[in-house]
Amino acid sequence: MPTPIQDLEQRSDFIRRHIGPSESDIAAMLRAVGATSLDDLTNKSVPASIREKSTPAIGEPMTEHDALALLESMAKQNKVYRSLIGAGYYDTITPNVILRNVLQNPGWYTAYTPYQPEISQGRLEAMINFQQVTMDLTGMPLANASMLDEATSAAEAMTLAKRVGTSTSNVFLVADDCHPQTIAVVETRARPLNIEVVVGKPADLIEKDGFAILLQYPGTSGAVVDYGALAAKAKSKNMAVAVATDLLALTLLKPPGEWGADIVFGSAQRFGVPLGYGGPHAAFFAAQDAYKRSIPGRIVGVSVDSKGKAAYRLALQTREQHIRREKATSNICTAQVLLANIAAFYAVYHGPEGLKTIATRTHRLAAIFAEGLRKLGFSSTNASFFDTVTVDTGSHAQEILDRAQAKEINLRDFGDGRIGVSFDERSTRDEVFRLWQVFSGKGALGFSVEALDAGVADAIPQSLKRTSEYLQHPTFHQYRSETEMLRYLRHLEQKDIALNRSMIALGSCTMKLNATAEMIPVTWPEFGSMHPFAPLDQAQGYKLMLKDLEAKLCTLTGFAAVTLQPNAGSQGEYSGLLVIRAYHESKGEQHRNICLIPSSAHGTNPATAVMAGMEVVITGCDENGNVDLNDLRAKATQHKDKLAALMVTYPSTHGVFEEEIREICQIIHDNGGQVYMDGANFNALVGLACPGKFGADVMHMNLHKTFCIPHGGGGPGMGPIGVAEHLAPFLPGHPLVGGVGGENAIGPVSAAPYGSASILPISWVYITLMGTEGLKRATQVAILNANYIAKKLEKHYVTLYKGKNGYVAHECILDTRPLKTSANISVDDIAKRLMDFGFHAPTMSFPVPGTLMIEPTESESKAELDRFIEALTVIRMEIAKVEKGEYPQGNNPLQLAPHTLSDLTADKWERPYSRHDGAFPASHLVGDKYWPPVNRIDHAAGDRNLICACPPIEAYSEAA
Amino acid sequence: MSKILFSEDHEYIRIENGVGTVGVTDFAQKALGDVVYVELPKIGATLTKGGQAGVVESVKSASELYSPVTGEVVEINAALSGDPALVNTDPLGQAWFFKVKIANENELTGLKDEAAYNDYIKGL
Repeated sequence: MPTPIQDLEQRSDFIRRHIGPSESDIAAMLRAVGATSLDDLTNKSVPASIREKSTPAIGEPMTEHDALALLESMAKQNKVYRSLIGAGYYDTITPNVILRNVLQNPGWYTAYTPYQPEISQGRLEAMINFQQVTMDLTGMPLANASMLDEATSAAEAMTLAKRVGTSTSNVFLVADDCHPQTIAVVETRARPLNIEVVVGKPADLIEKDGFAILLQYPGTSGAVVDYGALAAKAKSKNMAVAVATDLLALTLLKPPGEWGADIVFGSAQRFGVPLGYGGPHAAFFAAQDAYKRSIPGRIVGVSVDSKGKAAYRLALQTREQHIRREKATSNICTAQVLLANIAAFYAVYHGPEGLKTIATRTHRLAAIFAEGLRKLGFSSTNASFFDTVTVDTGSHAQEILDRAQAKEINLRDFGDGRIGVSFDERSTRDEVFRLWQVFSGKGALGFSVEALDAGVADAIPQSLKRTSEYLQHPTFHQYRSETEMLRYLRHLEQKDIALNRSMIALGSCTMKLNATAEMIPVTWPEFGSMHPFAPLDQAQGYKLMLKDLEAKLCTLTGFAAVTLQPNAGSQGEYSGLLVIRAYHESKGEQHRNICLIPSSAHGTNPATAVMAGMEVVITGCDENGNVDLNDLRAKATQHKDKLAALMVTYPSTHGVFEEEIREICQIIHDNGGQVYMDGANFNALVGLACPGKFGADVMHMNLHKTFCIPHGGGGPGMGPIGVAEHLAPFLPGHPLVGGVGGENAIGPVSAAPYGSASILPISWVYITLMGTEGLKRATQVAILNANYIAKKLEKHYVTLYKGKNGYVAHECILDTRPLKTSANISVDDIAKRLMDFGFHAPTMSFPVPGTLMIEPTESESKAELDRFIEALTVIRMEIAKVEKGEYPQGNNPLQLAPHTLSDLTADKWERPYSRHDGAFPASHLVGDKYWPPVNRIDHAAGDRNLICACPPIEAYSEAA
Repeated sequence: MSKILFSEDHEYIRIENGVGTVGVTDFAQKALGDVVYVELPKIGATLTKGGQAGVVESVKSASELYSPVTGEVVEINAALSGDPALVNTDPLGQAWFFKVKIANENELTGLKDEAAYNDYIKGL
């Protein structure tokens, strides 16, 4: 009998491509860990009290071809009009060499945040280029390596000014010419901190008291106003000046740093990053030097390696949530590295002259358009502008907007007769002409762009024309041919370890496969070219996909509703706590403000709770790393009148399925609190258990962990939250887009209604391809892979925490602290030695200092796991030689790791091991070797002497 | 004649003529690792025993410095701000943080002498 045709269709083929180990590998690994089947392992590791009887139903698995065809049929329902809406989002042209070699290149998009700088020099250089672009264009001395979006940057500017300033005022003054979504997010973020936001005209605001004033330059209406005198007055009143601005405009405008700004931020989207229906985009953030120890986000700095060679690293990490916890400057962790890098490469590609040409063309088209409108009898409401002309059309607004729709053009409707037109890199002479036709309703006009050109003056006031130079570093001049650019991108990429080279077993980070089929739709124009504020009837395809994704996430989590707005896990935590606050308030219990957090929590949890206006009370853990139930009960009872929430990670940050999770949730509910579950470890639960059914009221999902959105070298991310039915009415809304959030919505937490909408297809495709059976199997194999590593390494390293049957969840913590005592070998030495094997280190020193936390994910094959196990085994044997004194302190392959090519080829080699053992500690490396480009980096030197700009120009001539 | 006392938070205070010179102990600097930044109190500020008096940061950690006594800050070590690495090289010498005019000598009774402190850190 022939094989049935259904079996030949390979409809579940993607499952075995996503999951690393083959059927026979799985069998062998199960034997190794003492389980008879995947279900047997599940029964032994996942508590019966939380397991679902039947797998949450997602549907049958699909082939890549079918899933993409289905998604394409949805995408085609989006109507991609030309959007001249502006309001912080402007169309742009991603240079093709960047599109293909960065945005669509796994070497860039699958990398992790560069916490291991020796193997991240490529993207650290790209990030410092971004900081240089920001500093040069804003005229500020210090910039960070990106923020989530412009609106949350405004909120961060507010809290930064409050933190650093000495003013006793509690008022944040906000110009009414800021983008509406910026004002709305600032109001959301101000409320729990008891900061009063006063919105008004800058000239009126400056007469009031406040700790800071927020201006936008150019304003949302397009107006370019000289705020120099106002900034000086603010300074005299001990008031910080924060400015939202636009990088392209700053190529022509006097930068805020030259007229008195203290903090300058904005979106870098129009530097080559697609609109994407709202994101992901990088925001930039710059400040005066006095703010450097308080500035939020990551900063790339320059230091030296052990040979004295300049090298890049993340600087001043003590500001960050993973160290400072409730005292952190912000809860931001994931930022937008991939998009910041694209923006920086856009500047490298065009150089200062190219950027200025694009800006000048945009401005000239706007100016000519405004002149034509004057001829047609319209008056623009702003005489000075860069790219945006706002026109008062009186009672004619609707007919003009209708005519624009007929020509497939979106304009900004202010709702009061004013219409905004924002020009951008894609604007043309023809577009200006068509806009005149739209406004006049006539076909023939009697004048042309060419005819008006010579007689139209620029619309930038003389006092605000930029005179200072920018982007003078050689980087922005030497890669102008495509060949040079292509090789520069490749030169940087090959310095780094990303998932296209080897496993990145970072505990709690879930570095799984980001399949090509999942990535392809991101750059489809139907998803990439949509403006977030386009009329909803044009976004029907997005709506279908978003609703379906929400429904699927509800099914998998057991929650009643999901919001896709939060742009990162940290933002999901924040949204979740605000929703909990709103719920308590709705019941007249606004006094509930205590947030219990176990001591093992990720640092973001306490940082978030503080931002949400809650008071953090830490609860203890027992010797097995589990939540100490007695302490939890005591503290919940003690604070029962004020208990707002518990933030708990499940499975725990220690990689253990705590048996008592239901009881933990019950204790909180009994004392009037809500349970916030940190979903960072949801990859251990998908298809097996639903947090919404075992006690959680809210949980965020890191789509960039569990659901395959790549990490992008430190962002983008997505942190949607799922909520139980009683919390659904409070999900965040949006000031400019209808149909978002619950009926009693809290304010927006992101600039765009659906966060980074254009990467949501990645998670949709993943879930659709895997189907019910695939998702469950992925979780089971993730647990198997972690247990296999723990088992195979048990002779050499003790696994710190295990569940009741001796199994870990989807990650394991290896205790390397005894080696510090026995051989003075630190966890850093092991991490750096792993680089010589071509591996990225596991998570170091979290949640337990001095240990390694390994999360292999389901996507890594047995062969790769075995190579990793071999590496850690060889390392243990090397440490044994140090213990026995065969290798001296300070001169052994661990403390001298990583080994560079120049170490090996140096004339002198005075080490007690061979060059071969230094560079090729495993045989498979001989044919395929990754070479770290620098030796171990000196962190202290970099933090003691902070440099966060590209090396000075002289350094280039010295190197040449 | 000066005498030196230690707190359980690993600050030391060297007392001379009613003024205490405060810094962190050798044990503390070893635990911190390479110190990259210190934040000092302002001259004239009034500190309370056990209250925050400054910050000391290494590459991987940030710790509060607590005042072992109540009193007014009379001098701060500006050289330390410029060269925080002194905390690692000479914690009990050049790396003092501030001098405080001791308001209440009775508070000193809760602190440990050198032998008691050494016993204390052995037990950690």
